Amino acid sequence: MTSVPSKRYSDDVSLVVVLLDTNPFFWTASSSLSFSQFLSHVLAFVNSILLLNQLNQVVVIATGYNTCDYIYDSSMDASQSSEKGRMPSVYSNLLQKLEEFMIKDEKLGKEQSQRAIASSLLSGSLSMALCYIQRVFRSGPLHPQPRILCLQGSSDGPEQYVAVMNAIFSAQRSMVPIDSCYVGANNSAFLQQASYITGGVYVKPQHLDGLFQYLTTVFATDLHSRSFIRLPRPAGVDFRASCFCHKTTIDMGYICSVCLSIFCKHHKKCSTCGSVFGQAQSDTSSASDHKRKAPET
Amino acid sequence: MTNSIAEKRRQQEDEDDEEDGDLEGWGERNYTDERSWEALQEDESGLLRPIDNKAMYHAQYRRRLRSLSAASNSHRIQKGLIRFLYIVLDLSRAASVMDFRPSRMAVVAKNAEAFIREFFDQNPLSQIALVTIKDGVAHSLTELGGSPESHIKALMAKLECSGDSSLQNALDHVHEYLDQIPSYGHREVLILYSALTSCDPGDIMETIQKCKKSKIRCSVIGLSAEMFICKHLCQETGGLYSVALDESHFKDLILEHAPPPPAIAEFAIANLIKMGFPQRAAEGSISICSCHKESKVGEGYICPRCKARVCELPTECCICGLTLVSSPHLARSYHHLFPIAPFDEVKPSCHNEPHLKSQKTCFGCQQSLVNPGNKPSLHVACPNCKQYFCLDCDIYIHESLHNCPGSQILGSTDKAVEQSLDHTNRANLHALKKDVQKEFKDHMHHMDCNFCNDMYFHYGCTPNL
Ligand SMILES: [Zn+2]
Ligand SMILES: [Zn+2]
Ligand SMILES: [Zn+2]
Ligand SMILES: [Zn+2]
Ligand SMILES: [Zn+2]
Ligand SMILES: [Zn+2]
Ligand SMILES: [Zn+2]
Repeated sequence: MTSVPSKRYSDDVSLVVVLLDTNPFFWTASSSLSFSQFLSHVLAFVNSILLLNQLNQVVVIATGYNTCDYIYDSSMDASQSSEKGRMPSVYSNLLQKLEEFMIKDEKLGKEQSQRAIASSLLSGSLSMALCYIQRVFRSGPLHPQPRILCLQGSSDGPEQYVAVMNAIFSAQRSMVPIDSCYVGANNSAFLQQASYITGGVYVKPQHLDGLFQYLTTVFATDLHSRSFIRLPRPAGVDFRASCFCHKTTIDMGYICSVCLSIFCKHHKKCSTCGSVFGQAQSDTSSASDHKRKAPET
Repeated sequence: MTNSIAEKRRQQEDEDDEEDGDLEGWGERNYTDERSWEALQEDESGLLRPIDNKAMYHAQYRRRLRSLSAASNSHRIQKGLIRFLYIVLDLSRAASVMDFRPSRMAVVAKNAEAFIREFFDQNPLSQIALVTIKDGVAHSLTELGGSPESHIKALMAKLECSGDSSLQNALDHVHEYLDQIPSYGHREVLILYSALTSCDPGDIMETIQKCKKSKIRCSVIGLSAEMFICKHLCQETGGLYSVALDESHFKDLILEHAPPPPAIAEFAIANLIKMGFPQRAAEGSISICSCHKESKVGEGYICPRCKARVCELPTECCICGLTLVSSPHLARSYHHLFPIAPFDEVKPSCHNEPHLKSQKTCFGCQQSLVNPGNKPSLHVACPNCKQYFCLDCDIYIHESLHNCPGSQILGSTDKAVEQSLDHTNRANLHALKKDVQKEFKDHMHHMDCNFCNDMYFHYGCTPNL
């Protein structure tokens, strides 16, 4: 079955899926950058990507603290050009959907308030973005090199560790780079790992009032042109894991030899797989003459 | 460039999907494609319609998923994931026979390379060592180690064959090392045997019993014909014996050994192993690595206990002996532990339920779930989050992504914290909504350069990138 040779597009076409953090607990606490300032930077950035190439496509997914949803897709937006003196439709459509989304997010938050709310649902929006990108791959060669851009401010939710890692590995297998711009206080270990593993760029801007410039200089260029640009280099990646028992981040811990679950202290029984642990390892490995030293307990 | 990326991506996806056809399957598919009349069926009213391939394919996939989750539920957890595997390569005279092209030896080496990579992908903490049999004697090519690159390099560097083969010498040699492996590890030997004879110095039956006693699982892949002694060895030690028909068959057989074998409880004792998760050193920083005793720029990891620098993960810290791994290494296998439930098929009749009626697009990819004639197409719903998904997303989510985009993670927070948060919740959201509305009203039409106050931004002005 041979398909009609599709129209060839130049390499510099971009499809960017932007994940926008809308966590109200982060944004109202943040002093350096208000949400409206943040939005105006991001909207200008989205618009500039769309203007760079008429085939460029931008999809925006809002990451809330209870749910996530699509709030903008430029391919569904017929009238991109702005009428005289009026706001481009990019903005009005996006902002309206965003408001609807935040109301929905809050409602869900009331229904099930037992969730830890300090973090946004990054795993959900990453998974959603990857589903969308798979659909783009299925639909043909229009966008051969899509990418994901996470604009995140709230801190990592360690309870999402496994889900976020699953999404990262899936992105790596389908060769989708995850770029991230982190506007929060400390570095985000999730996003650092995501960008490192998938070959994306991680940036933590120093001057948040210049956010738009960081976004355009680093993230507006398509993947093809990226090879000619000197991009910020990773300044050390945090490879720490979070333990399964308390969900805290640790740099040393115990690992169940049956299922590889991570624990921060010695347990009698693995809570994931139920294996009962034998005596301390240093007793069992008595072969002292062997080259391999036994890692002590 | 674009093409090559797409091609590579397709290959990767293929590797993902274990049931993908190889080249032979391709030819067959081409052939059946020509018989286009077979793709037609008669519907109720007697009209000819193309068979709904997608639905059929999906039904097939769901059957597979169900059997897989049933199998994993029974003993999904008992996967001994730390394996110590010795790969024995027969480099006797028989390996130069050219019934495989260009020779048995080259085919073995090529597929062993693919196997080593696949093995470490599936068993992140396991270790491999390579042993060769040549002139009736077994030699270690590499010690046990967790770096695929160093094994592959050693393997490719020394490819020549001569003399006889000796199964007993190889087993004795391997037994000596494997007997000293800590008890949490699984001891395995995989022998890639070209010869039809074995030139042994003593009673091989004794050696086989010795391996059985040490709980070493021995598997053999033969390249010529079935041999009694190999079959006996595998039966006694609980391994697999197979004989390759041709190269692609050989590849299938060797890759069968990459996923962890169902661990029998008595084979390994569960244990907690202390490990460190080192941070990656900043690029451009200079320090002396503890493994090679050389000063290196960038590209290294720092032991969290003694702060020594090592070049590669996973490894053991040479200073304090802590096992060092990277957490992504471990995380690759976690989807086995937390599999997502299969999605339920949604019958078109359920669609009339009022609260679900609103969802007309796939939650994952936004694809419309309504066919052109306003007839709802086949789709599925997640039992946890009750969201609807299209069939393509269903497959992608279960086979590659391993999480559901809609499923919420319900963590537990302190009741007190929760209540105080609930109060601020309202105020916070209100403030944000006002922000959004403000955006509506006074939207900026242009951006000033924040660094020099010019009308437009300049690339050169962005500081400290
Ligand atoms: Zn813990
Ligand atoms: Zn366990
Ligand atoms: Zn070194
Ligand atoms: Zn150390
Ligand atoms: Zn879908
Ligand atoms: Zn779900
Ligand atoms: Zn300037």
